[in-house]
Amino acid sequence: MIKGKFIDNLPKVYGIYTGGFLVFIILMAIAESAGMSAKLIGIFFVAFTVGIYALIGYLSRTLQLDAYYVAGRQVPTVFNGMATAADWMSGASFVAMAGGIYFKGYGYMALLVGWTGGYVLVASLLAPYLRKFGCYTVPDFIGTRYGGNLARVCAVIVLTVASFTYVTAQINATGTIASVALDIPFGIAVYVGLASILICSMLGGMRAVTWTQVAQYIVLIIAYLIPVFWISNKLGAGFFPHFMLADEVARIAELEQQFGFVKNSAADLKTVPKGLAGITKAHSAVNATPWAFISLAVCMMAGTASLPHVMMRYFTTPSVKSARRSVGWSLFFIFLLYSSAPMLATLSKLSLIDPNLATGIIGKSISEVQSIDWYQNWNQANLMFISDFNGNGTLELNEFFMGGKAVVLATPEIAGLPYVISGLVAAGGMAAAMSTADGLVLAIANALSHDLYYKIIDPKAETAKRLIVARVLLVIIGFAGATIAALEIQGILGSVIWAFDFAMSGLFFPLVLGVWWKRANAPGAVAGMLLGLISGTAYLVWVRNGGAGFWGVTQLTFGIVGSLVSLVSMVVVSLMTKAPDAATQKMVDEVRVPSGRTVLGKQH
Amino acid sequence: MSKQAQHWEKTRGLLFVTLAIWFVFSIGIFLFGAEMNESNFRPFGYPLTYWFTCQGSLGIFVILIFWFANRQEKIDEEFGFTEKEDD
Repeated sequence: MIKGKFIDNLPKVYGIYTGGFLVFIILMAIAESAGMSAKLIGIFFVAFTVGIYALIGYLSRTLQLDAYYVAGRQVPTVFNGMATAADWMSGASFVAMAGGIYFKGYGYMALLVGWTGGYVLVASLLAPYLRKFGCYTVPDFIGTRYGGNLARVCAVIVLTVASFTYVTAQINATGTIASVALDIPFGIAVYVGLASILICSMLGGMRAVTWTQVAQYIVLIIAYLIPVFWISNKLGAGFFPHFMLADEVARIAELEQQFGFVKNSAADLKTVPKGLAGITKAHSAVNATPWAFISLAVCMMAGTASLPHVMMRYFTTPSVKSARRSVGWSLFFIFLLYSSAPMLATLSKLSLIDPNLATGIIGKSISEVQSIDWYQNWNQANLMFISDFNGNGTLELNEFFMGGKAVVLATPEIAGLPYVISGLVAAGGMAAAMSTADGLVLAIANALSHDLYYKIIDPKAETAKRLIVARVLLVIIGFAGATIAALEIQGILGSVIWAFDFAMSGLFFPLVLGVWWKRANAPGAVAGMLLGLISGTAYLVWVRNGGAGFWGVTQLTFGIVGSLVSLVSMVVVSLMTKAPDAATQKMVDEVRVPSGRTVLGKQH
Repeated sequence: MSKQAQHWEKTRGLLFVTLAIWFVFSIGIFLFGAEMNESNFRPFGYPLTYWFTCQGSLGIFVILIFWFANRQEKIDEEFGFTEKEDD
């Protein structure tokens, strides 16, 4: 596969790939009707897709620095948008988000607004300027703009804390899916997931990750949309669910009124397995205070603009102009999935709770529900639970519990879709978690190898040595992530939200002010990064250990505190110390002009 | 004023407009979430606030970024700062 030719042929290559994947789905469907077991279908789906990514990873191997770090800066606008969308949409978006909306309704819809609105900040405040800068990594920008190794090291620290929190959640997700689909214990599945992540990124760095991410996007969007459309049509809810579910949303509100939200006693709740939840909040009504909604959205938006694995995707475009447009395409591809998540939550909830539907279980007798096949399967997987708290023999709304992951993973089965769809969803979830994990592991390893090793420890290192160090670090970080993931400390959605808060606390203002405020200097940036990260972390620890908190800031929105401290300390310290020298000011001027050469050379 | 300073002034102006629109649809309207949800204006039949969180705000962000990119390209062109090797 010749490189120049490959870039020109991208639409054709991925067109054939998409067609091939659809044919594969049809073949699996035929195999299912011919009697292939569900287990075997699951194995085929995961093995086939992961095998393709590994092949792409192998074909994209490289020995060049700019190919390894920034994919040679020649990824076309639209394809970079697709790769960013896959990079962005993690196990949390694919598997957990619809579940969060299913349980909490409006309060969690703030994630949808936050995880999309952040891209406006990326496009207008940062991406084009960092592309003009010509850096390899985010700390590369901080280190050069502010000058000095201290600022660079601080950026590496913040980046590592945020990305590492994020990546453990993604490796956890790949492990969960691999263990279900391949039927192996979670402890081993985590390392199977890790191995597939490393194959995709180790040989080709950013170049390999880019082309696998495009392939992963195609799999994950197909795997998300087909079930949503299929279920909607099967329920007779509407041919195009996004525009036609108003009656269903209204029907859920009506049922909620009819059933009421009965509160369970603490003793009853103790019998429910850990991690499962019941429906306790209204579906479409506004059930959170404006501040609760807005503060979560703000954290996710600022976090989006500070997370390094997203930002570095815009370093790979051929020009500043295409970096800007690429942000728009990224958000468009993300929009396709995000606008479908609430629809999936609606369909899932209605098919479970509406007694008029054949699939509805509320109002049925407990023993009848316990004898349903899918209930037994998911109960065994510890993702579903019912219990007759009031002893009337009938299942009530408050007696039904489900894991967040089950909304996406189990709904096709509940709605009576063929197993091939469940296999497809597993492959999609795997693609989502793998693509994000790839981007994150690479972001950390690149920061350590480029900024810490090459820029600080051994500036004379040769290309070959730098690339070996980068790869060794990649493997080490991957293993560290997998080891921590195997401990299962925090749920997927929770740790992802934390990662955003960490990134926002330490990096948001140092990045933005680096472009938009010439007076910002190195001591200010260092203070902003360190004090922001420390105060945010301290607040999290305090609230986690029973602290009352203030301003209604919770453990999910601690970035508000961190970033405020970061902003204030950065401005105060900058103004108290010397203004940046003329060379630095000139550098900022140059960054603000799209044309001309990048600030940093092509190879540095 | 130098060409570059003028270019930056226009760029900054565009930023403020973009951020103002962003603010309205990401933060502003949700200050009145409860009131808006009661509104009789129901896009596709969905309650208004619910629709904004599902589709409305998200779609507006997509359009906003493309609009912003076009405006910025116009500004860059006006001052001759367009890149040569564009795709």
